Amino acid sequence: MDLNLTPEELAFRDEFRAWLQANAPKDWAQWREKPLEESFPYLRAWQRKLHEGGWAAVSWPKEYGGRSASLMQQAIFWEEMARLEAPPMANALGLGLIGPTIIAYGTDAQKKRFIPKILSAEEIWCQGFSEPNAGSDLAALQTEARLEDGQYVVNGQKVWTSYGWVGDWCELVVRTDPNVPKHKGLTVLLIDMKSPGVEVRPLRQMTGESEFNEIFFRDVHVPSENVLGNVNDGWNVAVSTLMHERGAYGTRLLLIFKRNTNRLIELARTIQCNGRPASQDPILRQKLAQCYAEVEIMRLNQLRACSRISATGAPGPEGSIQKLFWSELNQRLQQLAQELLGPYGQLLAKDDHSIDKGFWSYGYLRSRGNTIEAGTSEVQRNIIGHFVLGLPRSY
Amino acid sequence: MQFGLNESQEFLRDSARKFFAGECPISEVRRLMETDTAFDVTLWAKLVEQGYAGIIFPEELGGVGLGIVELVLLMEETGRALLPGPFFSTVVMAGSLLDALANKDQKKKYLAPICQGDARATVAFFEPDGTWDFADVHLTAINGKLSGEKLFVPDAAVADWIIVVARNGVFLVDSKAAGIRVEPMYGMDLTRKLYSVRLDDVPGEKLGETAALPRPRGIATVALAAEMVGGMQRTLDITVEYAKTRKQFGKPIGTFQAVQHQCADMYLETESARSAVYYAAWALQHHAPDAAAAVSIAKLYASDSSRTVGNRGIQVHGGMGFTWENDLHLYYRRAKASETAFGDATFHRERLARLTIDAETASAQKS
Repeated sequence: MDLNLTPEELAFRDEFRAWLQANAPKDWAQWREKPLEESFPYLRAWQRKLHEGGWAAVSWPKEYGGRSASLMQQAIFWEEMARLEAPPMANALGLGLIGPTIIAYGTDAQKKRFIPKILSAEEIWCQGFSEPNAGSDLAALQTEARLEDGQYVVNGQKVWTSYGWVGDWCELVVRTDPNVPKHKGLTVLLIDMKSPGVEVRPLRQMTGESEFNEIFFRDVHVPSENVLGNVNDGWNVAVSTLMHERGAYGTRLLLIFKRNTNRLIELARTIQCNGRPASQDPILRQKLAQCYAEVEIMRLNQLRACSRISATGAPGPEGSIQKLFWSELNQRLQQLAQELLGPYGQLLAKDDHSIDKGFWSYGYLRSRGNTIEAGTSEVQRNIIGHFVLGLPRSY
Repeated sequence: MQFGLNESQEFLRDSARKFFAGECPISEVRRLMETDTAFDVTLWAKLVEQGYAGIIFPEELGGVGLGIVELVLLMEETGRALLPGPFFSTVVMAGSLLDALANKDQKKKYLAPICQGDARATVAFFEPDGTWDFADVHLTAINGKLSGEKLFVPDAAVADWIIVVARNGVFLVDSKAAGIRVEPMYGMDLTRKLYSVRLDDVPGEKLGETAALPRPRGIATVALAAEMVGGMQRTLDITVEYAKTRKQFGKPIGTFQAVQHQCADMYLETESARSAVYYAAWALQHHAPDAAAAVSIAKLYASDSSRTVGNRGIQVHGGMGFTWENDLHLYYRRAKASETAFGDATFHRERLARLTIDAETASAQKS
């Protein structure tokens, strides 16, 4: 056990820190409040710059344009990004989830065709997994692809697709064989979102925004060379993407949670409660300290998972553990913010009385989705029960 | 950065697990808990032979010279085994206090025999109407003599020396000295006996100033939290095993999500407590600026989660979990006693609030 950075890790940090200081845009603060539709070209340009510096996908192998960075270096990368409050990258799903899946399962031709444009943000990717009747039970999905004259013809509907409105390409899970057990008849297709028959509709969520889309496929033709991995082996390909999904966000979220906790502590020093600063109220102090402790434990759990994966070489159920922990923690954190702010907590950005321009009312509503997206807490507990503790499958 | 155990740390953990499984199985725990002191001379001698009594103390005193990370690994195993007797009081509480406060001669006189297994000691801190905060310690030595009452002193009946924390210094008294009255207190935890110690004009040998207390106290707190993690792990293991074998409605109860999810939460809480304990141990060992906060985070989380893990484990066992015959209640009892010792979650949340909310900067934290 040695929690100091190694010389290699320090060198990596210093190199990226210097690059970031020289290259990160200074005007992000003016853009971050704007809707994603408006800021998207800005984020594309930023990702291009990172890519030119060789920093767009540090976790990817060197031969694919990454840096073969260790998990700890990846954590350092995100920590530096957060420290300088650098903007996020436009092609988040392409870089974080879909690119690594193409690297793992793609043909040489697919890698050559798709990887460079994922890195440069020239082509934005979205992910077509969930369906109206296939949420937690993903393998029950019904969108079908029939092989006709050497092409797949896709019909069906996807839902909860992030970046659908801006996506150029989609990693789509479809049913290619309806006559075998549900996990065994799935295939992953890479679909050009500009194909005839693809219709993208916004899905308005409870926060009022539309982060996600519904996508309808009507007789969409997909060339058979766009199958990712083997036909009817789509479940394994999709699970590989999901593991990246559950693991990847942890480090980035941690830094957001740390910042939010510190912001709550600052607020508590200024907000009055029973004639004294809320930070001196014995009950609120207890809750703030608990929140501080849990965010720190989230960090430590991540570090231990990082070391474990580095030692064993294979990501296991760690992602589920992290996902379960952070999603429930964020709901507690947001509820604490509401308690601290009292009636002001409910105020939306447009109200002049709102605290931090509606940051906390938005955060409260948005956090409600945390225990549902990327695998519900119930699914994560099933995964821990079965894959970690070895309990029998419940379904 | 590497937050895993190295080979020698894994070896220490594995050999300790094997040692306690062989020398202190739960049948032995049950035998000892029915005795007055829960102390067994033979078991103690074997434990000393392993080097455990001197694990973190200097080699010139007969110790092994290992660090606090190694200590918490050992404590996890004592917690898993539910080791009865004065190990925590003698080695962790009294030993680390002597190590931090005593002068060279005193260490030779008191710490060396502890390392070599020839003596046992304990620490008297808590006072009637007091708390685990030093501000509530009022007993004051007058002309080197101590008078007053201390409560919740572990293993005092088998201790050769009692180290008394007083307002104006830390003093060692001979437990057989005239004017000392040691009487049992009857707590839930049958494996670690507690005593009240009444002192009436007892001469004490001064070991040092109270300003040096935070570090040995930090070590004892994190070691106790580690022991709690070991108990949580054992409770989880027993519960998962039961959920796999106990059948209702024609299938193992572990098939049901209501049961599975209890187990998943036990796992999450146990692993989270372990992360917090390992980090606190490392931070103490390396005098990290956030060591004091890390100790409180470890203890507050372990205090709450060792209780909830116990609750979930017994719940999953149903009626069987409520019987005397089942071992879970033994861990549940220890968890409750440990929850409050050295400050419960509320105590440590307030301490953490002082360190993080009240302090202007994190670097102002003292260990």
